[in-house]
Amino acid sequence: MAQVSLNNVRKVYPNGFEAVKPASFRIEDGEFVVLVGPSGCGKSTMLRMIAGLEDISDGALTIGDRVVNDVDPADRDIAMVFQNYALYPHMTVAKNIGYGLKNRKIPAADIAAKVQEAATMLNLTDYLDRKPSQLSGGQRQRVAMGRAIVRDPSLFLFDEPLSNLDAKLRNQMRIEIKALQRRLGVTSVYVTHDQVEAMTMADRIIVMNAGRIEQIGTPAEVYHSPASTFVASFMGAPPMNLLTGRAEAGRVRVGNVMLHQHHEDRDLTVGIRPEDIIPDSHGHLEVEVTLIEELGAHRLLHGQMQGHPLTIHVGKDHPVETGHIRAAIKPNAVSLFDPASGVRL
Amino acid sequence: MKRAGFSNRWLPILFLIPQLAIIFIFFYWPAAHAIRSSFYLQDPFGFGETFVGLKNYTAMFNSAAYLRSAWFTVIFTVIVTFLSLSIALLLAVKADKVIRGAKTYRTLLMWVYAVAPPVAGVIGLILFDQSWGPIKDFVALFGWDFRLGVDYFDTAFAMVTISVWKQLPVNFIFFLSGLQAIPKSVREAALIDNRSASGRFWDVTFPLLAPTGFFLLIINITYSLFDTFGVIDTVVKGEPGNNPMTLVYKVYVDGFRGNDLGGSSAQSVILMILVLALTIFQFRMVERRIHYT
Ligand SMILES: Nc1ncnc2c1ncn2[C@@H]1O[C@H](COP(=O)(O)OP(=O)(O)O)[C@@H](O)[C@H]1O
Ligand SMILES: [Mg+2]
Repeated sequence: MAQVSLNNVRKVYPNGFEAVKPASFRIEDGEFVVLVGPSGCGKSTMLRMIAGLEDISDGALTIGDRVVNDVDPADRDIAMVFQNYALYPHMTVAKNIGYGLKNRKIPAADIAAKVQEAATMLNLTDYLDRKPSQLSGGQRQRVAMGRAIVRDPSLFLFDEPLSNLDAKLRNQMRIEIKALQRRLGVTSVYVTHDQVEAMTMADRIIVMNAGRIEQIGTPAEVYHSPASTFVASFMGAPPMNLLTGRAEAGRVRVGNVMLHQHHEDRDLTVGIRPEDIIPDSHGHLEVEVTLIEELGAHRLLHGQMQGHPLTIHVGKDHPVETGHIRAAIKPNAVSLFDPASGVRL
Repeated sequence: MKRAGFSNRWLPILFLIPQLAIIFIFFYWPAAHAIRSSFYLQDPFGFGETFVGLKNYTAMFNSAAYLRSAWFTVIFTVIVTFLSLSIALLLAVKADKVIRGAKTYRTLLMWVYAVAPPVAGVIGLILFDQSWGPIKDFVALFGWDFRLGVDYFDTAFAMVTISVWKQLPVNFIFFLSGLQAIPKSVREAALIDNRSASGRFWDVTFPLLAPTGFFLLIINITYSLFDTFGVIDTVVKGEPGNNPMTLVYKVYVDGFRGNDLGGSSAQSVILMILVLALTIFQFRMVERRIHYT
């Protein structure tokens, strides 16, 4: 087990493209950190630098108490699960799982025992003699997991390991991976573009955008106090409502509705989560609801307020209709951002 | 599979006729003729023929020259196949490291494939040329008096070298595309699992190249056995003398130089059986093993 720390780690590809801007953070021993962001933002590049599959252009990477910038992937004491599983097609499941051990001069009897143990943990004992081509997607995914855990590494790296599975299996594996990580207590870095995976699995989330880290925090912090309008709209489905407003004489208004206080006179972006707006006949927001999305457990009302699009999340028991309604905002639920930079104020 | 619709069922046959005619005229008919004449003794001057049963075959298997040529063919095939496969694999592995992802290099290397085989053969001959080829002068520096077409070993050496040289680009391109077809992530998984580059090659890369390798093995055996005729003919220049020659070339020499059409036919029947066996072996193996999905 180990901490991982990055000190101004940067990646410039040979074609001159800066895929990861200087990044610094520290992952604690046993922590499950999720790197999340839209596709192309540099998550995989970051992970692959940690794995040693990609050179680090600048900065220092420490795993445990070693700077590993120039250490081979095989010597970093890591295990990685790839998006397409990257199983060895010509080897049986047992050989796939045991291959990493075989090359670490571990006696054959011990390898067999460890492979058996990992297979039991992952319900793979009946498939040990099969080739990967004879397995379902979910089973391949488990073999990839088995290959990682059997080595008992100090760091797990996952690159979108669930994105090739169907939705149902994805939810199930998400829980299994998280439970496995808890049980084994291995420090983990998990890359995904799916904010639900990030929210549900992470101890801490790192949100990336265009090669830059936008925010590092617990799922609750990232969700409730987004550091930027990017995070506000990336995390959460539906995303946070972002309205153009202005602060004057201490009051923040959108159109002619007062929503919040702010000491400095300026233009602002006002962010409110859809579930922080409650239909309320005495509320001071006037909303024109044009569309209702029925989701079973809850509903989404889409409409306009003061000419701004607005989404409201309401529980299933609340009666709703399109047309004119009044609503109120929960206390302390408003985030303010600088409209130019998008940074939280 | 999708069935193409032909309203008239004679139409497809009409389309096939030119191809079938070519196969018949240039393959089945001569083959049948060869089988027939292998049981006859032909008059060298074209005045009739006599049925001799299996005499041509027994004479062939009792001929020291034939057995020597058969033995040379085996050794020649093994060496040419082994060298052209292993050198091409080595070059492909090196090239693969450089050109992963770089499309320009790949295109440049494809040109080599398009140009090399015929040109390379000619260049090889020029290099070995007795009067002005640089190789003769080069090996002379080490005290090797290289005598092409006179010394048995020297001639065989030139045949092997030129044959390998000619076949390299084909093998290289196939190996290279085989290597490039191995998913990047599988190599990366191996990079994490195994620190030794040679270990990774033998455990992961090489087995994944097996389908390509097997295909090339058959192609190269066929090449060494049959397609080296041109190289051997240029080296030997139709003067067998004491020179080494493969069975295919011996068919030609005995039939057209020696005018022994019956014996030559018997030899070509043996070669036909060899091709048939090779083909069956290939189909069996392709069905049986060596493909992964
Ligand atoms: N080998 C490479 N050379 C140049 N640019 C690359 C290379 N690999 C990735 N990129 C670019 O770097 C950016 C980040 O890629 P990646 O880390 O794979 O994104 P993500 O995993 O977040 O989707 C993308 O814009 C991608 O096009
Ligand atoms: Mg990625």
